[in-house]
Amino acid sequence: MHFLTELKEGLAISFRAIRANKMRSVLTTLGIIIGIVSVTLMSTAIEGVNRAFAKSAAAFGTDVLYIQKFPWVSNDDWATIHNRRRLEVSYAHRIERQSMFSDAVAPVLATRRRALNGSNSMEDAMVTGTVSQYLSAAGVTLADGRFFTPEEASGGRPVAAIGATVAENLFPREDPIGKTVRVAGFPYTVIGVFEKQGGMFGAFTSDTRIFVPLVSFQTHYGGRRDVTIQVRVSDMKKMDDAKLELEGIMRNLRGLVPGKPNDFNINQQEILTQTFEPISLIIASIGLFITGLSLFVGGIGIMNIMFVSVTERTREIGIRKAIGAKRRTILIQFLTEAAALCLIGGLIGLAVAFPLSLVVDQFLPTAMPLSVIFIAIAISLLVGLISGFLPAYRAAKMDPVEALRYE
Amino acid sequence: MDVIELTNIVKTYDMGGAEQVVALQGVSVTIRKNEYVAIMGPSGSGKSTLMNIIGCLDTPTSGQYLFNGLNVSEMDDNALAKIRNKEIGFVFQTFNLLARSDSLHNVELPLIYAGIPSAERKRRAQETLTHVQLGDRVHHKPNELSGGQRQRVAIARALVTRPSIILADEPTGNLDSKTGEEIMMLFEELHAQGNTIILVTHEADIAEHAHRTIRLRDGKVESDQPVKNRRIYPRAQAS
Repeated sequence: MHFLTELKEGLAISFRAIRANKMRSVLTTLGIIIGIVSVTLMSTAIEGVNRAFAKSAAAFGTDVLYIQKFPWVSNDDWATIHNRRRLEVSYAHRIERQSMFSDAVAPVLATRRRALNGSNSMEDAMVTGTVSQYLSAAGVTLADGRFFTPEEASGGRPVAAIGATVAENLFPREDPIGKTVRVAGFPYTVIGVFEKQGGMFGAFTSDTRIFVPLVSFQTHYGGRRDVTIQVRVSDMKKMDDAKLELEGIMRNLRGLVPGKPNDFNINQQEILTQTFEPISLIIASIGLFITGLSLFVGGIGIMNIMFVSVTERTREIGIRKAIGAKRRTILIQFLTEAAALCLIGGLIGLAVAFPLSLVVDQFLPTAMPLSVIFIAIAISLLVGLISGFLPAYRAAKMDPVEALRYE
Repeated sequence: MDVIELTNIVKTYDMGGAEQVVALQGVSVTIRKNEYVAIMGPSGSGKSTLMNIIGCLDTPTSGQYLFNGLNVSEMDDNALAKIRNKEIGFVFQTFNLLARSDSLHNVELPLIYAGIPSAERKRRAQETLTHVQLGDRVHHKPNELSGGQRQRVAIARALVTRPSIILADEPTGNLDSKTGEEIMMLFEELHAQGNTIILVTHEADIAEHAHRTIRLRDGKVESDQPVKNRRIYPRAQAS
């Protein structure tokens, strides 16, 4: 007898059996439904966190290198790093002239100051002084207006381009362009508003920033600060070459003799993603393990009910064996039944999880990934096969004489 | 030609510990093609055990069982299942139909296990049901049929694979006498059509339908002789 015929017959028997015991089937399936719902939602949430991170990390720009005094992620001694010499704004000009791999260089100074527009205020706006190249060096886009010109930058004009959150806070009901924003007492005319970036690293996005010409920044808030030099690499494929080149230029600028360690860091978005990945993996594993437990309990329920089903149908098994069913045939019959129960549970679980995932979607940028659907179906089948095996095996090895005698 | 050749069949059951029950102690029986044999004996005589062994539901502890010349006593579970499927048609006292399946599916079942394609299965099952006068009951479930009709479905299921033997265990035990007679008439007909029939019963008047009676007592063959005053139905005689 062919496997397919056996499977077909097994399916027909399963559906008859499931229909004959509706209440019992529903209750048993409930365990699997809950299991699949929790596993599906957990993986949807994990996917959401990952996407949120990826989106946030993208704000740093994949092709942008950040030359800074501090590394973003480090195990080194903090004091050593802290005692490094300050990075100077003047480095930016040298890098711009010497670097072959970069197409935009912008020195960036930043400090938190209070910003005001009439009665609207923002306590911790990130005032950022930079040059006109910043727009291309950071890879950010304006929603409205423009960024300052090289002339405005070098002339230290009182103009500002503001982030989306700043605009919302200070100009809730008006168009900020052309209006005046006071930052720590100094007035600037708003000439541009950035697109909202969002994400987890609020302080690093343009959202809470107020960009002013570097010269104005130095005059108003002081220039003796650590500068970040943002360098955009012209060719993504040459990121490593660019890093080596910048390292050489920087070592030269800092007057480091060979053998001395770097007293600066070249940071990039990749560092963040690399740090986040193992953490995300651990969270995902723990989350899936815990939700997997509920699926496990569901599986035990299936196993239990399959044992009941096998015992109840001892006589039927005897009849089937008497008229020629092989062990394998009986095994497949009950495995199919367990798998069908779980599959039904899995599909219902998915149907329940889908609207719930839309709720999760409100908090995390996620959607139930298509792969989750297939994985959930595969898992429910697998749970069915595993938990159905022992009962099915017991049925398969029944002695036909004994089974026929069973009342 | 010999369909069944039992030589010195012994069957013992372990009752836990050292205790053993000897159900059959050296039974030798030969049954030829197209014989109509009744196996008789009081309860505890070993007739059920013998029937199980003949039906390949069980294997002997010792002795040799040749079925159509094949040594069944040494076969494994799967091979036995195959013999049961293709060569033996069971008819039980309690019918043993699948309650949730209609007549057609019940009769189809052995053909499913034999791997016969669906269309042919349905055709043969329908044919066989018609043969036992149930051509108009194919979609009835067992609980929608009378006892006699249920037994006819069971007989159709036994016949549908065209087995070498039909093994009937008290086939009239759960039927009233009139219906029982009808079933026995059907057996008569099947025998006349060339089937080999083995009837296990403890009722003498049922056994009288057979051509030969094997009496068991205490796990041994007590007597094995032709039936002298056979009950013959006019209809069976005519065919």
